[in-house]
Amino acid sequence: MAKRIGSLDDMEQLRKRIVSGIDPNKTMVTICGGTGCQAYGSDKVFQAFTEEVKRQGVDVEVGVKATGCHGFCERGVVIVILPEEICYLRVRVEDVPEIVSETLVQHKVIERLTYEDPQTGEKSVKESDIPFYKHQSRIVFGKNRFIDPKSIDDYIAIGGYEALAKALCQMTPEQVMDEVKKANIRGRGGGGFPAAVKWQTTRSSPSDVKYVIVNCDEGDPGAYMDRSLMEGNPHSVLEGLTIGAYAIGAHKGFVYVRQEYPLATENTICAIEKAEEYGFLGKNIMNSGFDFTVEVERGAGAFVSGESSALMSAIEGRVGEPRPKYIRTSVSGIWGKPSNLNNVETWANVPLVISKGADWYTSIGTEGSKGTKIFSLVGKVNNTGLVEVPMGTTLREIIYDIGGGILNGKKFKAVQTGGPSGGCIPEQFLDKPVDFDELSKVGAMMGSGGMIVMDEDNCMVDVARYFVNFLSDESCGKCVPCREGLRHYHKILERIVSGEGRESDIELLQDLSDVIKDASLCALGQTAPNPVLTTIQYFRDEYEAHIKERRCPAKVCKDLISFYIEPDKCKACMICLRNCPVGAISGDKGLIHVIDQGKCTKCGTCLDLCPTRFNAVTKLSGEPVPPPPLKREVTREKGSEQ
Amino acid sequence: MKQVTMSIDGKEVKAKEGMTILQAAMEVGIKIPTLCYDDRLASYGACRLCSVEIKKGERSRIVASCVYPVEEGLVVETESPRVQKIRKVILELLRARSPGLKEELAERYEVDKTRLDRDATFCILCGLCVRYCAEVKGANVLGFVGRGTERQVVFFPDIAFKTCPTCKECFNICPTGVIPSDFAVNVPRFEKQPTVFPVRLRDEQNLREFIKKIE
Ligand SMILES: Cc1cc2nc3c(=O)[nH]c(=O)nc-3n(C[C@H](O)[C@H](O)[C@H](O)COP(=O)(O)O)c2cc1C
Ligand code: SF4
Ligand code: FES
Repeated sequence: MAKRIGSLDDMEQLRKRIVSGIDPNKTMVTICGGTGCQAYGSDKVFQAFTEEVKRQGVDVEVGVKATGCHGFCERGVVIVILPEEICYLRVRVEDVPEIVSETLVQHKVIERLTYEDPQTGEKSVKESDIPFYKHQSRIVFGKNRFIDPKSIDDYIAIGGYEALAKALCQMTPEQVMDEVKKANIRGRGGGGFPAAVKWQTTRSSPSDVKYVIVNCDEGDPGAYMDRSLMEGNPHSVLEGLTIGAYAIGAHKGFVYVRQEYPLATENTICAIEKAEEYGFLGKNIMNSGFDFTVEVERGAGAFVSGESSALMSAIEGRVGEPRPKYIRTSVSGIWGKPSNLNNVETWANVPLVISKGADWYTSIGTEGSKGTKIFSLVGKVNNTGLVEVPMGTTLREIIYDIGGGILNGKKFKAVQTGGPSGGCIPEQFLDKPVDFDELSKVGAMMGSGGMIVMDEDNCMVDVARYFVNFLSDESCGKCVPCREGLRHYHKILERIVSGEGRESDIELLQDLSDVIKDASLCALGQTAPNPVLTTIQYFRDEYEAHIKERRCPAKVCKDLISFYIEPDKCKACMICLRNCPVGAISGDKGLIHVIDQGKCTKCGTCLDLCPTRFNAVTKLSGEPVPPPPLKREVTREKGSEQ
Repeated sequence: MKQVTMSIDGKEVKAKEGMTILQAAMEVGIKIPTLCYDDRLASYGACRLCSVEIKKGERSRIVASCVYPVEEGLVVETESPRVQKIRKVILELLRARSPGLKEELAERYEVDKTRLDRDATFCILCGLCVRYCAEVKGANVLGFVGRGTERQVVFFPDIAFKTCPTCKECFNICPTGVIPSDFAVNVPRFEKQPTVFPVRLRDEQNLREFIKKIE
């Protein structure tokens, strides 16, 4: 049984004791145990290391540790060997014996496992030299890689729970409030609402019972920053929550975790137990007289249940549906009691503010948005993953310096920020600093941190349709503007992408948008028009091409494209002919292949399989398919390839 | 009870704290169109037809008057251009589902008849029947299932076959008037098969019968 911590002194001694047990020069293999790397088999890699170190009888002392997510999930399994900080990517079980014998024993770097710049071919050995990491400032997320989420001692060793000790033993709740107010932490869950203002409302609402809640519902498709924090460093969120509860005067907290995040749930429950053992949760925490307990609630599994009033209904055991909240949840939330809800990342920022002070915190970021923000960078960029940067970093820096630019040297078209109800930002705004206010000015938003990069092969009408589809499935369906508005959005966009668009459709979409935005009950509906409005605003020509010319400029929309084999490039190699799943291609050895447009289902197999040196299959849109050539025999030039 | 003074359409209005804008307006004879509101039931705030524009200082925004509580000094406009546009489009959306709904209002707000494709299922999910059955009768025969554009009203046959034949009070509450035919088709069936699984309020058959009747 761990010793209960009763004072700042106890805390400091505990930390010293833990740190003194750690040899900073000891070789330590840290293996990312986040959900992304687990999918690549990090559990097995971990096991292989433990066994291999024993098997090879390595005589230096080697530790192996599973840590939280490092953010570069696409290159999983990610391992970092300390103290040299050698970073290996895409590690598989087969690589383990070599890593042990070469790197652990002989300190040799295995080149093939290090990062290679896709453009320059330059290698980076140290984690901090990899461009993806080099341009980040991971003050919140970076701790993940040093700690085993199941070990509270790991967290304490890097200064964990010192902020809680400071708040409870040295500060009054008012002083904590003041510090958070000075730091101007704004909500990371999407709205950017000042945390201190919300806390103050709950704090000054007259009631004996108050609640504080962590929102880990994270329903944006493709976003996983909250999951990675909650899984990788649950103590930082709990510490922030407890400090907040102390300032607000709440004695009960909830962590609302979505159903799909079993590891986050497991690690949070484990963290709560460990924190209770040390007395960081429970009665009379650190002898301050402050009591606080936390419970984990499993989410209902709907996107809309992340909305504050819906989430609170769900905690009460009712349907997770938004309700009109002209009386704010911070005044009347769970069971009618004042309830303060913040996002995972918001809570994780709180200990930083308390331990390092508001002055330090406000030195990072922009005028109106302080600190850093974690983004989930996905789509057509070379490096995808979780990225933490100071507020105010430009889109260009994120996409090019960290993301390594557009995949396969293609041309950038747009970046979609802010989750499904965010907006699409075109190239002309790439130098916009990313913070709560700047992106809103161009019709998008920073939101909770989704960032999807799109290139010239993305059709913007199709993109709008995708998000509208998502939202019409995920809206709760209670209020008319959102439910019926999205129904018609969906119909209109479907007909545009299938070439049935009407001349009046753009105007109709805009007209509906005004009303959906103004009159919907909750923020899902109120922001649902963003993807439609921004794509119309910046890519109107694409809408018009679909409607007026039945042409999809990006050649994406199936009903508007045809696959065509260029006769002078076709070498009659039979590959496409044999692989077409519907037998739509005619021809023979020596006979130019021709696609029967009536049979073609536009699956794209022929385009994918046509050897790049021939490159004979193309997509056409908005133009008729030329008739088959009269002469079907392949002319063989001298010395040409077969 | 504390009194607040506010302005609705330029008129000074005194109202009791805790009232909604809709109630305060009604007391002074200002009519705000509603659909999902019924004074026997808790406000639901779903149709948004009762939207009004409120001003606090410089900022103006749209709220549903059937749920927004009165406030000292609030300035309310019930027929501003923004509000009228909202009503017009909401009626247009509703009437694409339920042709003929709120005829008078549709004329008043000059609702476009042709822009939106019709998809007449008649139910507009105002929840009046569901809420009446639960809140007034305590019977809970009806409920909602599904999310988003898939949301539907359903019967629970095992309760319906016992309760509905003697009640039928929701017949007059449905703004589309289609409930009686739903019952005529379904409830006798439930007697034979009183399952616990929810059954759609309106299937193809009673929809056809209903349309035949009104045509
Ligand atoms: C449809 C919808 C979904 C939401 N989903 C989430 C979510 O998954 N996580 C989250 O933190 N906030 C979500 N929010 C925002 C919450 O309502 C709330 O504003 C937030 O949790 C407050 O925390 P913050 O101030 O720290 O950002 C959602 C809002 C809406 C309208
Ligand atoms: S805006 Fe959409 S999600 Fe929100 S209450 Fe209305 S229907 Fe439900
Ligand atoms: S009457 Fe107010 S929202 Fe329906």
